[in-house]
Amino acid sequence: MKRSPGALLLRWSGRVLVAAILLFVLLPGVVVAISAFNDRAILQFPPQSWSLRWFWRAFSYADFAKGFWNGLTVTVWASSIAVVVGSAFAFAIHRYKFALRDFLEGILLSPLIIPHYTIGLGVLILASQTGIGRGFPLVIFAHVVMVLPFVMRSTYISLENLDTRLELAASSLGATPLRILFTVTIPLLIPGLLSGWLFAAILSFNEFTATLFVSSQATQTLPVAMYNYVREFADPTLAALSVIYIVVTATLLTIANSFLGLGKILNVDAH
Amino acid sequence: MNARPFLGWFVSPAGLVAVGLLAAMLAVFQYSVRAYIPGTLEVGGYTWANFEAMLRPLYALAFWNTVLICFETAVFTLLLAYPLAYALTRTSNSALRSFILIVSVTPLFLGEVVRTYSWMIVLGNNGFLNTLLLKLGVLDRPVQMMFTGGGVVAALVHVTMPIMVIMLAAALSHIDRNYEKAAESLGAGPIRIFMTITLPLSMPGIVAGFSTAFAWTFSAFATPQLIGGGRVSTVSTLIYQLGFSSFNFPFAASLSIIGLALSLAVIALLKKAASPLERMAGTK
Repeated sequence: MKRSPGALLLRWSGRVLVAAILLFVLLPGVVVAISAFNDRAILQFPPQSWSLRWFWRAFSYADFAKGFWNGLTVTVWASSIAVVVGSAFAFAIHRYKFALRDFLEGILLSPLIIPHYTIGLGVLILASQTGIGRGFPLVIFAHVVMVLPFVMRSTYISLENLDTRLELAASSLGATPLRILFTVTIPLLIPGLLSGWLFAAILSFNEFTATLFVSSQATQTLPVAMYNYVREFADPTLAALSVIYIVVTATLLTIANSFLGLGKILNVDAH
Repeated sequence: MNARPFLGWFVSPAGLVAVGLLAAMLAVFQYSVRAYIPGTLEVGGYTWANFEAMLRPLYALAFWNTVLICFETAVFTLLLAYPLAYALTRTSNSALRSFILIVSVTPLFLGEVVRTYSWMIVLGNNGFLNTLLLKLGVLDRPVQMMFTGGGVVAALVHVTMPIMVIMLAAALSHIDRNYEKAAESLGAGPIRIFMTITLPLSMPGIVAGFSTAFAWTFSAFATPQLIGGGRVSTVSTLIYQLGFSSFNFPFAASLSIIGLALSLAVIALLKKAASPLERMAGTK
């Protein structure tokens, strides 16, 4: 198709604009990656001499290692509980009408708009009033609450795409509801449940604001340990840790994209 | 046969979580009207003193600041995210699509702390931007970018971009392309097609993205705290200070109640302001 010079100009200025915005998104990552190899103990750009020692320090700093394992514990528990609770609830919402249905859904979706510090403060006050204490169950509960809306959404999308005739077929062949659930419905929902779990896990692992309120020295997660580090030290250790973070996350997302189709998970694929 | 098999099994765990969340919110409400006893974590009797104290200029200014920062962030995020979302849904090259998708989504999974830290290196006095501008001769001495409202907004825009791109792309990808083709065959130019068809039809995504960006920014703590360095006070930094430096949990609770109310009010207002636009676009 022939294009007028005006349309061509528009097309190219659009491309330049998109490239510039992508640069804005990438810039901090690139800058942090370069700073991580700075030999000197102050944040300075560009580095004058190079070294790998901040990577070594990032790995050997005890609070980071502890924060990583704490975070992993919280993340695995919270996202697994959220997937079971959230997908079961999404199923009930999708299929049934029952008392308090909209009310319950509203409550469970509300963490999307309630500021996280309000959730953190509330859970903290609740813990002190009931004498539960600031252990792992408290942190895990706060995380379940915050990731539940994302799990519900992901299950809901899978349920919309589920062919209910398969369940009817099983039913007409005499399968009990329990059998249909475990041999037809759940297997068909697996991709949605997995992507919901993955999404929840990544969000939970990185959650910071509410975790700062509900965690203690013994249960602090990696983002909290990192925040405490920035407030105490100015060296590039955190830059090294950020690089590791960025590389791991981008790799996981690239893998998720090629196996599961990120566009489909995020519901942004063209129809 | 039971028409709603497993209903109880499926709803009760979620019900328990909802009860826990409600209890936590009630705890905040209850603390917000209790008296603060300095030096202890115990609270005194019921009082409105916390809410009255919020009328002082210091707190009123923090609220105003927060709303302003959130609004600026949401506007800039929308302006930057829209072209990305548009390119993401309209490019036919699948490698480029994946690249744009991964670049725009990865930051979402890095968390607020990593991204804020990166921005500290970009904006610092010896940081990337100042060094670059000095080398290029644009500046003759470093400009203060850390500890300013502008620096906080720049970092917050970066923090909020991914979720906005996702919501806009979801809306853009569901637009029926035949409308655009019809307009094109009737002789409309690309700008006219965009302004009269694509933009109005993507209105629901814009509204959803804008309100989500607003709510997320309202919730942000690490960015205003670290980039603002105590010189930019927002509701979230005040709450943390009150809670953990002075252990004034009742006042922190009342601030977060007002914060919650304000954020809900703004989102409701945005929805209301957007509904005539959506009606005009025929998407509602």
